[in-house]
Amino acid sequence: MYNLKDLANTVLSSAEIREQFPVLGISVNGRPLVYLDNGATSQKPKCVIDSLAKYYNEQNANIHRGVHTLSQEATSLFESTRSSLKRFLNAEHEHEIIFTSGTTQGINLVAHSFGKAFINKGDEVIISALEHHSNIVPWQMMCEDKGAVLRVIPMNNAGELDLSVLASMLSNKTKIIAITHVSNALGTINPVEEIIALAKQYKIPVLIDGAQAVQHQQVDVRKLDCDFYVFSAHKMFGPTGVGVLYGKEKWLNAMPPYMGGGDMIKTVTFEKTEYNELPHKFEAGTPNIADVIAFGESIRFMEEIGFDTIRIREEELLQYATQKLSEIDGLRIFGTAAKKTGVISFNIEGLHPYDVGTILDQLGIAVRTGHHCTQPIMDYYRIPGTVRASFAFYNTMEEVDVLSAGIKKAIKMLKR
Amino acid sequence: MSIKDKESEIVEEFAMFEDWDGKYEYLIDLGKDLPAISAEYKTDDYKIKGCQSQVWLHAELIGGRVRFTADSDAIITKGIIALLVRVFDDETPDAIAEADLQFINEIGLAQHLSPTRSNGLLSMIKQMKMYAIAFKVQNT
Ligand SMILES: Cc1ncc(COP(=O)(O)O)c(C=O)c1O
Repeated sequence: MYNLKDLANTVLSSAEIREQFPVLGISVNGRPLVYLDNGATSQKPKCVIDSLAKYYNEQNANIHRGVHTLSQEATSLFESTRSSLKRFLNAEHEHEIIFTSGTTQGINLVAHSFGKAFINKGDEVIISALEHHSNIVPWQMMCEDKGAVLRVIPMNNAGELDLSVLASMLSNKTKIIAITHVSNALGTINPVEEIIALAKQYKIPVLIDGAQAVQHQQVDVRKLDCDFYVFSAHKMFGPTGVGVLYGKEKWLNAMPPYMGGGDMIKTVTFEKTEYNELPHKFEAGTPNIADVIAFGESIRFMEEIGFDTIRIREEELLQYATQKLSEIDGLRIFGTAAKKTGVISFNIEGLHPYDVGTILDQLGIAVRTGHHCTQPIMDYYRIPGTVRASFAFYNTMEEVDVLSAGIKKAIKMLKR
Repeated sequence: MSIKDKESEIVEEFAMFEDWDGKYEYLIDLGKDLPAISAEYKTDDYKIKGCQSQVWLHAELIGGRVRFTADSDAIITKGIIALLVRVFDDETPDAIAEADLQFINEIGLAQHLSPTRSNGLLSMIKQMKMYAIAFKVQNT
């Protein structure tokens, strides 16, 4: 038997991995950048950046429309990202992969189109206490429109959902459950397998917001048996402005289009339009071609690093950082779920997160402060926000040490 | 003392510190020394929107001069509002409304105090000027 830890270390050393990310070498405020805001967006490896330049230098053409060579080549590059994603997610069909502008658009699309087709007055939609505003507001808007009711699975003090409550909430009024795979504010990994299994008993479809999951763990949509799975490329080492909506064919076929325009039609007369097949039905207009192609590179890059390496490194970072930060007097960690990704949300007793984040920034340490687009979680803990350090596999133990020293310096300055 | 003079005084004080830590510690001290706002004004009605931290600001016109009090739950933000209170307090509505503040660029924290940051600096200045303009209108 091989030791997974050795394996991870032999695949690529930390320095070799970091070299792939040009921005990790820069200085901020005169200090080497310590980038711990990966939950907001991850940095991009050279192969992704090069792919963008190559596309505009050598490959640019509109897709799905041209007879000319350049257009056909661009189309095939664009479609090859779709096929990488089918493999990456283990989807059954390529046309179950819909390109969006990001997680937010994916959720809005489902809330709108699924809502239009399947939700009526008095029906219920279930979300959880851990949702990002992106997985709250679109459902609220749809529910308001339809006269439907939004219900919320509560969380406990550790930041874990109470599934026994979910079980009691389900009924034939429940039309969809939309839940985050991993909490961006606390790092909690939700038991989505169990949630989906519960939902199946009532034949309720489930949408998973995977924005904070796909960069940390292998997601197999067929094994999960989820109905929709959404995420953003920019949090998984890919470019901004691209995301994926995976949807089961039967739902996508049954849902009306979200936007009308070019590419999503078969025939148009002024009287009636016949919609195109999947995936084009949901991809109106010229898509973000360059970024979709570059996204293919980030998928390839992640597969090359491998989820074993990613998991081992991130678990080590989380463990070490949790231990180092817990040693700091007056520091309280929010989100202590048994299953977590590399996220530490914390506050220092008596200090405002904004002040702590400001001093850390002066030290070249990039963290996020505020409510992290999860105001209901902050309300639960009765705090204005937290400081959040979120790790990627390219972070190092030394960076955790810099963070810990930075927090101590901030405390010293702010508590004088 | 005019707004301009107060600005120069602040610039001189900050020039005594070479490092960012010294400047910040001074800013924090100014925040700590800011006279307390009366509890009745520490409500949502007096909150300035657009800041990551909470900022409360109150103003009244006494003998033709605007008197400001303020507070914040974040100490660096409190330091920033303390600087603004120091510059604008006890000035006429006209002087405040017309002031074009320069000191922020000159105290060596410009990069941090730039208006694009989520520190609410712009909102604070705007709110103080709004008070001044309101008093001006009241008086004419
Ligand atoms: C859990 C979660 N859902 C949704 C989003 C929204 O993603 P995007 O802004 O890329 O659409 C985020 C991003 O912060 C997130 O963390």
